[in-house]
Amino acid sequence: MAHRWGMVIDLDRCTGCEACVAACHAENNIATVGAAQAARGRAMHWIRVERYWEGEFPNVRARFQPMPCQQCDAAPCEPVCPTYASYHNSQGLNAQVYNRCIGTRYCANACPYTGRYFNWFDPVWEKPLNLQLNPDVSIREVGVMEKCSFCFQRILAAEYGAEAQKRDLRDGEVRPACVQSCPAGAMVFGDLDDPTSAASRLSRSVRATKLLAEVGTFPKVTYLERESSHGDE
Amino acid sequence: MATNSMPQNQPVGPSADKISRDLLRPIFHTSPLYYGVVAVLVSVVLAAIAAFLYQAYNGIGVAGITRPVFWGFYITNFVFWIGISHAGTLISAILRLANAGWRRPVTRCAEAITVFALVIGASFPIVHLGRPWLFFWLIPYPSERGIWPNFRSPLLWDFFAISTYITGSLTFLLLPIIPDWAAVRDKASGTRKRIYSILALGWRGTPREWHRLEMAMRIMAVAIIPVAVSVHTIVSWDFAMAPVPMWHSTVFGPYFVAGAIFSGIAALIIAMALLRKFLHLEEYLKPIHFDNLGKLLLVMSLLWVYFIFAERLTVWYGNEAAEMAAFWSIQRGKFAVLFWTMVSCNFLVPFPILAIKRFRTITGTVIASTTVVVGMWIERFLIVVPPLEHKYLPYAWGSYRPTWVEVTITVGTFAAMGLLYLLFAKFVPIISMWELRAGGHGKQLAPQAEPVTSPGVVPWHRTMPSTGD
Repeated sequence: MAHRWGMVIDLDRCTGCEACVAACHAENNIATVGAAQAARGRAMHWIRVERYWEGEFPNVRARFQPMPCQQCDAAPCEPVCPTYASYHNSQGLNAQVYNRCIGTRYCANACPYTGRYFNWFDPVWEKPLNLQLNPDVSIREVGVMEKCSFCFQRILAAEYGAEAQKRDLRDGEVRPACVQSCPAGAMVFGDLDDPTSAASRLSRSVRATKLLAEVGTFPKVTYLERESSHGDE
Repeated sequence: MATNSMPQNQPVGPSADKISRDLLRPIFHTSPLYYGVVAVLVSVVLAAIAAFLYQAYNGIGVAGITRPVFWGFYITNFVFWIGISHAGTLISAILRLANAGWRRPVTRCAEAITVFALVIGASFPIVHLGRPWLFFWLIPYPSERGIWPNFRSPLLWDFFAISTYITGSLTFLLLPIIPDWAAVRDKASGTRKRIYSILALGWRGTPREWHRLEMAMRIMAVAIIPVAVSVHTIVSWDFAMAPVPMWHSTVFGPYFVAGAIFSGIAALIIAMALLRKFLHLEEYLKPIHFDNLGKLLLVMSLLWVYFIFAERLTVWYGNEAAEMAAFWSIQRGKFAVLFWTMVSCNFLVPFPILAIKRFRTITGTVIASTTVVVGMWIERFLIVVPPLEHKYLPYAWGSYRPTWVEVTITVGTFAAMGLLYLLFAKFVPIISMWELRAGGHGKQLAPQAEPVTSPGVVPWHRTMPSTGD
């Protein structure tokens, strides 16, 4: 029953299209903050596509690195929260309980991946955008921290569905919005405790690497390094 | 300005009568200037409160903090004011334990700084909250939420450390005020007499009361020192416990404590100089006090330079990529001007002033202290902000610029300090009268200075008309 959810992101396949970002916004009721606030660095994207430039002009290549919450096993955001708003749930995920959050923002400072986003103002959805909110995900008020949940509502829905049919979850049955929407198939989601799952197999690949492994956070997101990192393909 | 003289050579100070007259004068007489200054300070404090309410109503976003710099001016002010609070109680406790005779006119102004700086500092963790109306969730109490606060969080350690320190330093401040409030009570009449009768807690000045007061002060002096050291250590752990480049440092505990005492002494010198000038306490706060505190400030300045050198050198030598980004932004990048201003304010300017005896006058120590206070505020800012701007992933780097809300609230804290201090000096003799008498002001008595047994005290108090006797 217990699962250890993890994600594998193939950097060779990512095209930087940001479909994952758009899907995540729609799925998780993430507020858009407007141009002025975004320019101040206050845009909220539970997954962002980091773009780095490699090489010297004119031989420059853009490199893309999708960055969701890394769902660390030893997450620095958790012990620093004074109210247990940031905590480790029974499935090993870093859950964020919005109602407990008083907005010290300590978790966001402690996160080495800068993967947490803060509601600087009350979110606003202009009509009729308020009608497209996902009823499975609570909206967050001003002063509250939020971040990627691995689409926990989808995990629960799949688990309830399987339970109703009295069967185990099948590999690939749970797909967070970003994974579902990736046209290049760069993202794979699954149970890391199941040695046969696609995510589990890929996370043992020779290309598998953890981001900022030296910080000792033991992330559950694995990146597959580019094989084509030398020269242009 | 009086000349600098050694303590041994000083004459025996003013008589008991003159002490009462001089030190009770501010309580019984209020000048128009006082009202004017209070009005100005009150309006600045009100502006700061209005700014905070504006922020609470509209959202914390009206402040300049942003992603990834989630902490800015507010946490800087928090660390700064908690640091200033180390002036008082710690210094006063050490000087009491060491039985330094010259401490007597100094202790109460120092202890008052502690209490007020703590109150101001402790308000910032609330001011900076995203949902400040829920601050009480940090307090462990049985609630319908069914969970305790997270005892692993340094913010919760802060809560306990600061509330312990406030309780302790308030006790430390109030205990020796009781006999002085009794003296006010005995001189006053009408409403004032009723108020001070309550405040004096029925003090009659019996030998047994003096003995108990002395015992309590000894216990508090010993107890408050580890508390003070732990408070700023725990404040430093707010940073050192997080895996942020340049925060995650083992030197932070002692570095913060040293910086706190450093800025605390500077604040004390400034406060003493202002009191001396405006309350005409030239006969009590003498050049020798500024000379002695100037020497302490000099030692702390050297200690501060040692700490920052040790911190910077180890980071630079370690040459970790993530840390070097923050390091160079401070040394060479956009924070370089602030960095060198800080080094000038904390060392290059005060060091010669304090090291050369000719410059270690009242004016000299006040100039040095002012630069130190400015420098230490910048130091706290440089600890908080540049590392947050340069965390591990360059894509997520950002920058911080304060808004008028943060600036107003910051200015308001300094006004609040002045205001609280002015009000305090209006209701309490700012120099401990009975301790002055017990010590024989200005004269180094034998180390045994217990009021119960020393001459001078009991007879004096017996001569005062007393309600309870």
